[in-house]
Amino acid sequence: MYFLRRIAFLVPLLLIISFLAFMLVRVAPGGPFDKERAPASPEIEANIKKKYHLDKPLLTQYGIYLKNLLQGDFGPSLKYRNHSVNDIIAQGLPVSLTLGVLAFLLAQGFGIPLGFLTAVKKGGILDYGGSFIALLAICIPGFVIGPLLVLVFSIKLGWFPVGMWETPMHAVLPTLALGLYFGGKVARLMREGMLGTLNSEFITTARAKGLSETQVLVKHAFRIAVLPVVSYSGPLLADLLVGSFVVENIFRVPGIGVFLVNSSLNRDYTMVVGLVLLYAVLLLVLNLLVDLAYSMLDRRVKME
Amino acid sequence: MAFVTASLKQANWIRRWAVAACAVLAIWATGCGHKEERADLVIMNGAEPESLDPTIVTGQPDGRVAGALFEGLTRFNPKNAKPIPGLAERWDISEDGQTYTFHLRPNIVWSTGEPITADDVVYSWRRALDPLTASDYAGQLYYIKNGENFNTGKTNAATGNRYVKEDVGVEAIDPRTVKVLLEGPTPFFLDLCAFRTLAIVPRQAIEKHGDRWLMERPMPTSGPYTLEFWRIHDRIRVRKNPRYWDAANIQNELIDLLPAESANTALNLYLSGEADVIWDKNLVPSELMDVLKGRPYVHTYDYLGTYFVRFNITRKPFDDVRVRKALSLVLDKKRIVERITRSGEKIATCLTPPGMEGYTSPEGLGYDPEQARKLLAEAGYPGGKGFPTFNYLFNTSEMHKQVAVELQEMWKKELGINMELRQTEWKVYLSSQSQLDYDTTRSSWIGDYVDPNTFLDMFMSGNGNNRTGWKNPKYDDLIRQANQERDPVKRAKILYDAEVLLVREDPPIAPLFFYIGVNIFDPAKVEGVHQNLLDEHPLWPLKRKDGRTAAKAAAAK
Repeated sequence: MYFLRRIAFLVPLLLIISFLAFMLVRVAPGGPFDKERAPASPEIEANIKKKYHLDKPLLTQYGIYLKNLLQGDFGPSLKYRNHSVNDIIAQGLPVSLTLGVLAFLLAQGFGIPLGFLTAVKKGGILDYGGSFIALLAICIPGFVIGPLLVLVFSIKLGWFPVGMWETPMHAVLPTLALGLYFGGKVARLMREGMLGTLNSEFITTARAKGLSETQVLVKHAFRIAVLPVVSYSGPLLADLLVGSFVVENIFRVPGIGVFLVNSSLNRDYTMVVGLVLLYAVLLLVLNLLVDLAYSMLDRRVKME
Repeated sequence: MAFVTASLKQANWIRRWAVAACAVLAIWATGCGHKEERADLVIMNGAEPESLDPTIVTGQPDGRVAGALFEGLTRFNPKNAKPIPGLAERWDISEDGQTYTFHLRPNIVWSTGEPITADDVVYSWRRALDPLTASDYAGQLYYIKNGENFNTGKTNAATGNRYVKEDVGVEAIDPRTVKVLLEGPTPFFLDLCAFRTLAIVPRQAIEKHGDRWLMERPMPTSGPYTLEFWRIHDRIRVRKNPRYWDAANIQNELIDLLPAESANTALNLYLSGEADVIWDKNLVPSELMDVLKGRPYVHTYDYLGTYFVRFNITRKPFDDVRVRKALSLVLDKKRIVERITRSGEKIATCLTPPGMEGYTSPEGLGYDPEQARKLLAEAGYPGGKGFPTFNYLFNTSEMHKQVAVELQEMWKKELGINMELRQTEWKVYLSSQSQLDYDTTRSSWIGDYVDPNTFLDMFMSGNGNNRTGWKNPKYDDLIRQANQERDPVKRAKILYDAEVLLVREDPPIAPLFFYIGVNIFDPAKVEGVHQNLLDEHPLWPLKRKDGRTAAKAAAAK
């Protein structure tokens, strides 16, 4: 029941989001057809605006947009006039999804064990070393780590291609550049969660019952300690799935991350609203899944 | 018993991990696209094209691809950017220079096999002028009789009706002959015929598919290449058009044109051999120019581009010509090209870049701080006293910012006046500039054809690219006169006089430097990347010298 209600709630929420995005992007100064070269006459500009209904009142424009949206049509891109927003998303999203999932798996596969280990070996050399690595991953931004990876692994060593998106080898460096930072964050969340949990009374009880340390850590502590990571994973995955402007630029990956930033700089109204909606759907659905995972991991959380 | 369950559990774990690992591998292997066959040539072409419709495109990277797909009546000679026969094999020009009769080549057909006729030319040009097409560059056809009237929806005073496409001065005399009537003798009309807005486009496809015509198949082209595919932000692949009239001389079967946003990535792709040519200046990292300049694969050349400052004439104190001159006279342009741009740019005192045959620009205002201080004092601001703080508008870019800081320092030091930097993103910059919402602003202009008019007509009173509020009736008159003048020497003199007004006597602008073009390619490997004044790089002259072609590579496999 609870989930059905949440799902029903998504529809008005998405409507509000689309309305806000639609209006806000139009408030920004400048428009999609402002170019370095002025059109030969003001009439030309008026004609272009008419063609895309930009001459109509805002609410009418939104009405037209909604009508098309209900038929699954995000409209034509105002910047790339031969492409529709649907085309662009259909072309770029699978690439961004792949890269996002790979980076997500890297972040979790690197972050969770690292956080777990550093917490269990707290104060030891493993803790200091591991925490340092996690901190390093967080502190080096993508636009630094990306070119560094290219310099070392592509140009100096020649192991991986410098860019583009063709073979599995092409995915390695972008995945690292995108995933390491989040891996660091996951490691820190995991470490804190674990440390907090290990101080709880039920752990003391478990130990008192005479369970082996492995059983205490893996069966009892881990389930609870991983919760902060789980709740972080929803928005994280949504972020990763819609692509990364920086990483896609550096490695020339043809995803949609580039459009996330450029479409608003270009005032490509239809593209902005389309991408905002896409991101909103991903975020809302993934958050729903996170809540579902919560209730399964921690029985104290009830879905009411 | 306990031992047994433990090992069963272990097996479960192993199985789970194995499944997870397989899933990762599967995503990794299937989600990463697939390797395309290597094209004969891979070219880093610049930003992602907004369109490939030659009538619509405005950007240079867009135009290079559109030009490979669609040809005009003339085409640019890649060595000097002057027009040579394209789809038309010859033409006659009437005595008064106002009627052009083009004779199409006898053997021209679309890539899909239908003949290209005079009707296609008429259709293409009327379409470019049609208000519904909404082409930004329709102004290139205003020199044709009634072109402007039709495009702007004017009413014919004689008949009381609106101008329609049939009024436009282009007609098909027979399937091979096109007659064009002009508004006046236009000495650069053949140049315009090579410009992409006037290229010949396929009526059959456009009428059938509307805005999506470039994405449908078959897509007929009139130029040397056909569009194999266009994946946005990934690559554009073109394939040789075997039915092109000069197909025998087109060497490459497949060419890839890659968009890129990052200059460093473009250079990495070139250095690792994934790309053969970089021919967009924006894809050459300017901060590396010091290092790159000496390398054998880096080619720099002059082209028609000027970097300058606009003054807003509608705002005080810039309505006073003495103030504008004073601000211009203290600009140490040498410092800017030596310290900031560093690619070998030449300093500019005039707007029209050097190199145009038959035209030499006047010398504009030079560097004379003494004179500048005198002028500023005459204008009522001795030592900069009482001069209001003003802004300098520029779009976000490291280079523009460095220039802005230099200007700020020069104006402060020499004249004692204060300028504030106003950095905005691109669209805000453009709309502020066209709405005259600035005091001074960073500007640039790239020529469309090799004639001073491509720079000078911009500062006529009503021109949408004027963007200074500057109105000089004498200047307007001179430009109009020049374009009515048939004698090239007399015409050059008139244009010279006009430019004197623009850069010396009543300047609304302060030129800083002329751009330098940069191409990156290995001349031992690739031939036919010519450096010309328009920074035009047609695909048809390109040849691989090492003889490697996709067909041969496939055969070798």
